[in-house]
Amino acid sequence: MSILDIDERILQVVELVDLRATPITDLKEPDVDGVTVGILEGGINNTYNEEVALRMRERCKILVALGDCAVFGGVPAMRNFCGADAALKRAYVDAESNDSEGFIPSNPELAKMTRVRAVSEVVPVDLHIPGCPPDADIIFYALVELAQGRIPEIKDEKLSWQ
Amino acid sequence: MVAEKITIEPVTRIEGHAKVTIHMNDNGSVDHAYFHVNEFRGFEKFCEGRMVFEMPQITPRICGICPVSHHLAAAKAGDLVMGVKPPRTASLLRELMHMGQIIQSHGMHFFELAGPDLILGFDADPAIRNVVGLIGADPALTLRAVELRKYGQDIIYQVGGRRIHPNFAVPGGVNRAMTEEKRDHMLIGLDQAIETTQIGIQLIKDWVDANIEDIEKFAVFHTGYFGLVTPENGLELYDGNIRLVDKDGEELENFKSQNYLDIISEHVEDWSYLKFPYYKKMGWPEGVYRVGPLGRLNVVEKIDTPLAQEEFEVYRQINDGKPVYHTLYYHYARLIETLFAIERARELLEDPDLMGNDILNRKYDFKGESVGVIEAPRGTLFHHYWAKPNGQLERVNLIVSTGHNNWAMSEAVDSVAKTYVKGPQVQEGMLNRVEAAIRAYDPCLSCSTHAIGQMPIKIDVMDAKGKVTQTLKRD
Repeated sequence: MSILDIDERILQVVELVDLRATPITDLKEPDVDGVTVGILEGGINNTYNEEVALRMRERCKILVALGDCAVFGGVPAMRNFCGADAALKRAYVDAESNDSEGFIPSNPELAKMTRVRAVSEVVPVDLHIPGCPPDADIIFYALVELAQGRIPEIKDEKLSWQ
Repeated sequence: MVAEKITIEPVTRIEGHAKVTIHMNDNGSVDHAYFHVNEFRGFEKFCEGRMVFEMPQITPRICGICPVSHHLAAAKAGDLVMGVKPPRTASLLRELMHMGQIIQSHGMHFFELAGPDLILGFDADPAIRNVVGLIGADPALTLRAVELRKYGQDIIYQVGGRRIHPNFAVPGGVNRAMTEEKRDHMLIGLDQAIETTQIGIQLIKDWVDANIEDIEKFAVFHTGYFGLVTPENGLELYDGNIRLVDKDGEELENFKSQNYLDIISEHVEDWSYLKFPYYKKMGWPEGVYRVGPLGRLNVVEKIDTPLAQEEFEVYRQINDGKPVYHTLYYHYARLIETLFAIERARELLEDPDLMGNDILNRKYDFKGESVGVIEAPRGTLFHHYWAKPNGQLERVNLIVSTGHNNWAMSEAVDSVAKTYVKGPQVQEGMLNRVEAAIRAYDPCLSCSTHAIGQMPIKIDVMDAKGKVTQTLKRD
């Protein structure tokens, strides 16, 4: 969603690319026969995130990790210090605001929590764009380069964010 | 025939991860539909041991859409932990930043997330039912919408130095004063922001007129309503008492946020990582209530800015002065609040005290425990901290805006599925209406489970024995 921060330049981006499955469109997954570029935001902290990362890797020629969570694990990786189980117990059993019948949700419909990882710890990543969030200018630069068939070089001042 | 389970995953055009499962009967009608929030992060636990002054930087990472809410709630909790009242200038600057956030978040939701359903239609081709489709259908309006969001983001930038994750509010005040140049810059785009919001209001009113039959059967149910108010029960987004009213608008509680544990509790269900807050005295689930734009406009008796008040009077007539309870009116309420936020931003920008240099009070009187509350775009946000005398946190409890609406979103999903989803051949547009029921509440499921990333839906159709017979994903 931080891609929306490129403001009116999104009008230029959509001229260059065909947006497929994204949180702001209604296609749920990348096309089965593949897409050119896939962008993952967020770290991998549960089994559903793992499935998404694997599917994205399979269907995207170029996989991009966007933002510090995807690149490094980010602030949520602080959970690894206490572990997912302790964090779950705190939220669903011990929280002061819970009523007396707290328990940890474990329905089969729900993903299982894991260690918090960078995307590249789960699948190979072709391009990393760090930042929390990355500057909109860098996102725009990267999108335009990718749309024109080049792998953007994210180095020097492009690695810095405010 | 064999009954089925339909899974929608991910739910799109919302923030965070959700999945819907629709369980069908043998006769092709819906037995029950569930709204599963499929993410959990654990900020409460891993913030234990951090310093109270770090929280305005750590907790905004819960979400990239409304980080300012967490930033300010954490700073407000920090004020109270340290026993210090920010100078008036600092409070005005924080509130101005908050108005920027309401404008950008509400503006983006109405036009860019919900807009495709309202402007292109629930049954439009899913390949174009998005912001790109909007650009094709109405480029001038879409550009205005982008500029409205940009205007809100720019206020955050001018006040705090960054559009997302600013480093600005600290316990006791803020760390930078306003300049005349920045103030004047913010005043420039204000009239256009009002115009765009008014265009949106006309658009939703026309949409209501054209779709009234749908509105009257789309996720219609009664709850209580919950939100901050001014001392005279006016609309308040930054600071005040919390008012809870029943389905008829009768006041149940008017309480200080510090006492929230006496008033509300959270229920846990096995099928969702998102907890279900409710009004303790009425119990679970009778005590459920709604927050966010509809919730807030139902707890207030007036709005203290002229254009928003004029529109609020129209809103109040929808149910003859009683709370408006139809889910789809959230969109209308959201734009009335946007109007308020822009008008309130003007008042703040024109207040001479905004330009003061007294921005930080360091006369601490350490209290140790406190609750910081703010009306985030999606509802009432609580940050509750327990700190040691050195400022290190021993415990943290967060109740995030979207959580308060969890029962309502679950009920809306079930209700809309029962009304619109019919077998044996389930149409994509039926499922999109189920998603639209969630979308109306503008959930931020990253925030609500203190979770990661984007929010993609998958619908499984399951038979009476629980066997998945059809999975609908849009690929």
